[in-house]
Amino acid sequence: MTLLGWVSIGLTLLLVLVLARPTGIYLARVFHSEGARMPLNGLFGPIEKLLFKLFGIKETNQTWKSYATALISTNIFMMLLVYAVLRLQGSLPLNPSGIAGMEPTLAFNTTISFMTNTNLQHYSGESGLSYLSQTLGITFMMFTAPATSFAIAFAFMRGIAGKPLGNFFVDLVRSIVRVLMPIAIVAAILFVALGAPQTFAPTETVTTLQGAEQQIARGPVASLLSIKELGNNGGGFMAVNSAHPFENPNGISNLLHIVLMLLLTTSLPFAYGRIVGSAKEGRVLFVAMSIMFIMMLGIATTAEQAGNPALHQLGMAGPSMEGKEVRLGVAQSALYAVVTTASETGGVNTMHDTLTPLGGLVPLGNMMLNTVFGGVGVGFVNVLMYAMIAVFLSGLMVGRTPEFLGRKLEIREMKLIAVTLIIQPILILVPTAIALVFYPDTISNAGFHGISQVLYEYTSSAANNGSGFEGLGDATPFWNISTGLVMFFGRYISMITMLAVAGSLMAKRPVPVTSGTFKTSNATFGTIFVGTILIVGALTFFPILVLGPIAEHLTLWK
Amino acid sequence: MNTHATPSMNSESSGSHSQGNKQGGGLGTIIRMSIGLMILCGLVYPFVMTAAAQTLFPYQANGSLVKDENGQIVGSAHIGQAFTDSKYFHGRVSSIEYNGVGSGSGNLAPTNEALTERVEQSMNDWQEQNPQMAVSEVPADLLTNSASGLDPHITPQAASVQIPRIAKATGLSEQQLTQLVKNHTEEPDLGVFGEARVNVLLLNMELEQLLK
Repeated sequence: MTLLGWVSIGLTLLLVLVLARPTGIYLARVFHSEGARMPLNGLFGPIEKLLFKLFGIKETNQTWKSYATALISTNIFMMLLVYAVLRLQGSLPLNPSGIAGMEPTLAFNTTISFMTNTNLQHYSGESGLSYLSQTLGITFMMFTAPATSFAIAFAFMRGIAGKPLGNFFVDLVRSIVRVLMPIAIVAAILFVALGAPQTFAPTETVTTLQGAEQQIARGPVASLLSIKELGNNGGGFMAVNSAHPFENPNGISNLLHIVLMLLLTTSLPFAYGRIVGSAKEGRVLFVAMSIMFIMMLGIATTAEQAGNPALHQLGMAGPSMEGKEVRLGVAQSALYAVVTTASETGGVNTMHDTLTPLGGLVPLGNMMLNTVFGGVGVGFVNVLMYAMIAVFLSGLMVGRTPEFLGRKLEIREMKLIAVTLIIQPILILVPTAIALVFYPDTISNAGFHGISQVLYEYTSSAANNGSGFEGLGDATPFWNISTGLVMFFGRYISMITMLAVAGSLMAKRPVPVTSGTFKTSNATFGTIFVGTILIVGALTFFPILVLGPIAEHLTLWK
Repeated sequence: MNTHATPSMNSESSGSHSQGNKQGGGLGTIIRMSIGLMILCGLVYPFVMTAAAQTLFPYQANGSLVKDENGQIVGSAHIGQAFTDSKYFHGRVSSIEYNGVGSGSGNLAPTNEALTERVEQSMNDWQEQNPQMAVSEVPADLLTNSASGLDPHITPQAASVQIPRIAKATGLSEQQLTQLVKNHTEEPDLGVFGEARVNVLLLNMELEQLLK
């Protein structure tokens, strides 16, 4: 890869770094105002107040149980609404291309997919969804799903800081009014300026230069794009997502995609530091995650740059350009693949199925660990869970009851964390085994890569990522239903268990800090934290990774 | 307006289980909020954005459609087209044959034999159509399937290696064509982001002009 490629990666990450802290402080001042005036209140305050009034929302604190109940019932009701829109789109307005209603198992999958912030897509956007479904169904959920994640992340942070959890409805509406909507509006206009369409006019039919007929799909793309990336949703308007020239017309739009994907998730450690009253607590997590991110990026970029030996043998030199776009190139494609899985967004600007084995291993690893920043909100809750495990393991080694932020981690908390930890591999590995035995015919790339295809699909579903090895023939009732269930349980079980942990910690009396207290704000802890993630992750998934991408790599580079 | 009560409060003060309804968290709120947000995020937002986009950037908002000198729309500046005629610059391999409503790629894994077979086929086709230029000179982007199947670009080098063929087919001089490619070469955005590239449709449109 050229030097310019590395410079472009460096500049992109520098921009992200510069934005992370101020954004985090803004978030903390909005979601943990403690009575102080929120920033930009003159603009957002009246809108928020009006919506609270319209919806009948009162600003009162909820217990963890009522918070969780409110969250899940709201999400289920929203799913019912969108399911109806998708099924009935054929007879609803805003359907200029005359697209028929969606088949039941596909609508089941799609509805869960977007409500859970996954955005796994077993349909093709251009031909499978009407404009109404793209806006009223998809764009709507692209706001409410990350808002739900945001809500839970702040409830969790408040809880472990010993404060009341807050109110789900307040947090949800506030996330949209004060964070997601304003940024999405600005970004949407930028995307249009860069070349993304924003129209309700139907597909254009043209006669090409060579005299053939070409149909060009378009639509309200930009308004979906901005919230797709900002909310770590990842579902494209078009089938090929951010690889489509309308979704990602040039290098600047690609930069905007990446900055939006990382903006909120990298800012959360800083918001957390402020909420728990010690900036160091957040900074150490930020640095630890950044180190893992850079390692992942290094592997993926090097692998893609090295190219495909099978093609080199034919006399074709250079990096792997199969499944990549010329305007984006290797550097920005590899960067996007790492960012989209680190942030659990799931959009793609390169076809992940065509990545080199190690280039594909990195996205898989990011999703399995789900702690290299992680998706907006829930990702950070997962990070804090690993921080608690790291504290617990350290406590075991020195024979002391572990404490986290001055509160004792005891049997109840560790049981809940253990359940959360064990759910993920079950949700990934069991269905993978079932699919490999009973549905091998849906695999499009035979051999070791086929195992990766199946594994990737369930890993992506469980991590609520949504990207895929898209060669997989996944538009079947088996895949629709099984991944639908994995996405659903992957999302909500951990939300409930982690809210329970927050509720339980909140009620504890803080223990005084002594010289024997294990500090969670220094480099030692950062190292133990990364070690815990790698050991727990590696122990769980190493065997299947050997069967998939690692075996494929060894075949290719023998 | 204080949502979070006092910092020292560390257990639910009201603690009752029927909190949901009393505190504005009942089914009524769920229904009103869901439908309200659906209208706000799913209708108001995209329509306002469309109005703004159509006012500020009508060309981009409608798909960057490009017209020939007769005012006839021939395509979109962002969407590649299939070029097979030897007088034109050719674009990248597309498993969907540049179908603008069916974006996608073959999704062939690096170990898939279908990939090596396809690349070999492209190499043989190249040698047949371009006897003047050795296949070893051809950059990877001309022999590989793009991600979208609609990639509008090729690298400048991929355009250059096609010049001898086009010169022969059109009678234009190689210098003329080299200049044409040079004029259409876009540098990385802001000098750094993305790669240098040539838009095949816009290049061929100007080539047509030269032939008139």
